[in-house]
Amino acid sequence: MYFHSFMIKYAEIGIKGKNRYLFEDALVRQIRRALKLVEGSFQVVKEDGRIYVEAGSDYDYDETVEALQHVFGIASICPMVQIDDLGFADLQAQIIRYMDEMYPDKKITFKVQARRARKNYPLDSNEINAQIGEAVLNAFPDIRVDVHHPDVLLCIEIRQRINIYSEVIPGPGGMPVGTNGKAMLLLSGGIDSPVAGYMIAKRGVVIDAVYFHAPPYTSERAKQKVVDLARLVSRYAGPINLHVVNFTDIQMAIYEHCPHDELTIIMRRYMMKIAQQLAEENGAAALITGESIGQVASQTMKSLAATNEVCTMPVFRPLIGFDKQEIVEIAKRIDTYETSILPYEDCCTIFVAKHPVTKPNLNAIKRSENKLTGVIEELYQKALETEETIWVEAEERKL
Amino acid sequence: MEAYLDNSATTRAFPAVCDVVTKVMSRDYGNPSALHRKGMEAEAYVRDARETVAASLRVSEKEIYFTSGGTESNNMALIGAAMANRRSGNHIITTSIEHASVTNTVKFLEELGFTVTYVPVDSWGIVDLDALEQAVTRDTILVSVMYVNNEIGSVQPVEAIAQRIRRKKPDILFHVDAIQAYGKYVIRPRRQGIDMLSASGHKIHGPKGVGFLYVRDRVKIRPVIFGGGQQQGLRSGTENVPGAAGMAEAVRVIYKDHELRIDYLYHLKERFTEGILALEGTKINGPLLREGAPHIVSVSFAGVRSEVLLHALEEQGIYVSAGSACSSHHPAPSATLKGIGVGKEYLDSTLRFSFGAFTKMEEIEYTLETLQRLLPVLRRFRRA
Repeated sequence: MYFHSFMIKYAEIGIKGKNRYLFEDALVRQIRRALKLVEGSFQVVKEDGRIYVEAGSDYDYDETVEALQHVFGIASICPMVQIDDLGFADLQAQIIRYMDEMYPDKKITFKVQARRARKNYPLDSNEINAQIGEAVLNAFPDIRVDVHHPDVLLCIEIRQRINIYSEVIPGPGGMPVGTNGKAMLLLSGGIDSPVAGYMIAKRGVVIDAVYFHAPPYTSERAKQKVVDLARLVSRYAGPINLHVVNFTDIQMAIYEHCPHDELTIIMRRYMMKIAQQLAEENGAAALITGESIGQVASQTMKSLAATNEVCTMPVFRPLIGFDKQEIVEIAKRIDTYETSILPYEDCCTIFVAKHPVTKPNLNAIKRSENKLTGVIEELYQKALETEETIWVEAEERKL
Repeated sequence: MEAYLDNSATTRAFPAVCDVVTKVMSRDYGNPSALHRKGMEAEAYVRDARETVAASLRVSEKEIYFTSGGTESNNMALIGAAMANRRSGNHIITTSIEHASVTNTVKFLEELGFTVTYVPVDSWGIVDLDALEQAVTRDTILVSVMYVNNEIGSVQPVEAIAQRIRRKKPDILFHVDAIQAYGKYVIRPRRQGIDMLSASGHKIHGPKGVGFLYVRDRVKIRPVIFGGGQQQGLRSGTENVPGAAGMAEAVRVIYKDHELRIDYLYHLKERFTEGILALEGTKINGPLLREGAPHIVSVSFAGVRSEVLLHALEEQGIYVSAGSACSSHHPAPSATLKGIGVGKEYLDSTLRFSFGAFTKMEEIEYTLETLQRLLPVLRRFRRA
């Protein structure tokens, strides 16, 4: 079967009332962006509350479907055959050909579901269902009807032209990126943070990311790995501005002046502060982290509270209730896992104490931080000033 | 005048290829596995080369493995796939006109206990699809077919082959030796049902000693070379950075304006075949003009020994192959020519002319004129 068109179905957008067109337009934009990466030419059209993708003559079906599966807001993708209305006899013949080619093994059950959007069509939906069903049964003796749990739900939509489809490929769900503001993701190079970014982007949020680089303790390869991760996330989230902050001096100052069991917490508080400042400067309204309760010492509830205390912006922690294994499964599905597990040190693992506090006392932490007064301000400023921004985008594959 | 018409044997490198090879060898010479910056710079070349090759096939860069060339790619694919799948079966299918790097590899596998079926081809050099499908048994694990034949330029219906063998046994692995096809055709392994694909750098105006093997995601093969675990452990050994970078450069050049390049090659081929057929006692082997590859013409000359003609042409600055240059070490009759039913009297009278990006129309004309001059002379002095 050679498909040239896809019908894009969306779920949540349909209930957005008067703002619906904004969401639909954003979805069309995102679909176009995704298809730019695919070989071939495509037309994306919005019509009768539906979005259709039409492919030019030479295109790759698998690649196209895969690209569409990266567009948030798509609930499902239906590869579709579109025919001209040349009368009911022709429709019957076309349907029989369609069923024959799509399902070589005819030991299946099916059900016809017609929709007559064009009301002047001579038959109504029920009549179409009955007569097409009968024609299919007569053509293939092995096929059975099952109206409750059919193997194949054969959909026929009578519009200006007639759409025939029966395959439904799940999309990623969510809402089109660009419909829900921007947030700043703390991207570390581990397994969790790319997944967290993916999950928030799924709600239509544009992502900026910040990475804390600590040369010479972390290598150029570790940075490259973060760029690669951002690129993988950008296949879903769209282009990402990755802010690379040199964190070495701040880390060293904390290491020299503060108790070692509080290092991680204090360090993370500074990371949040810097991330928040970058967020403000770049029009992001929230922070995103990959934290999950109790996963490590710095992610106990008390530690999270101590870290959170420096933030005035909302901090989204989409993985908060997830087990590691659940996070790993998503990472594998979105293709970030293999990159995340490459063995380069990140800045969190370098200065880690043997026994970090798991129930930090906020007052004690603040007392420790006071010891940094007079040193930290300049370093903090320098870190922000020397920040490097990398534009990361899933690129068109050019030779 | 010089006419290099042996581009199926090897090609002259593009200037851009030479530049990047020199740069990598003299300036960015780090070991791509080294931890320092010098290493990362070298790694960036390998990475870029992998992306370029992957993009040319529209596959993932994780599916590309660099090798030392076409021969290694074929060895790696066949031995690797056979070893990884010996529990599922021991039968391998290939054709009667493969390159030695396939036939000798499957012979080795026969020694290890695999059985091999060689499917015949018709007089155009096209594999018999019915025979191929019939050859598939429950034990068949691997089918290997060359995309473009190196001696006569016949082009196999790769997609149809994939469909026919899978119809009979869905989990069969399909390897394609695309060493003469890569750079000449737009190849889409995923769409065409190809699991593994071999290609070589120096056939596309890249460096010698480098090639690649595409292995589709989820296809498991065993390594045949062991060592430091480079390239996902499947092909150990420090990557040939200048080679990979040079090959990638050639890929970029050759697949840019690809259609124009192919039209040009056919244009040369058209003029050449027309000129050849106007000569007395000549015969073209293999497919018709446009049905065959754009760069290969196999010609039989009645009453002239190929080696004599080859050397006579050489004296005039024209370089060609007798049958296939790779097999010139073994002056046995060509399996391909026998396979397509070339008569005994012609087997030793056949030359291969092959064109490339640098071939000029003047070289074609010069070759035709020279042949016209030489043939009557050579025919007069032949052995009784």
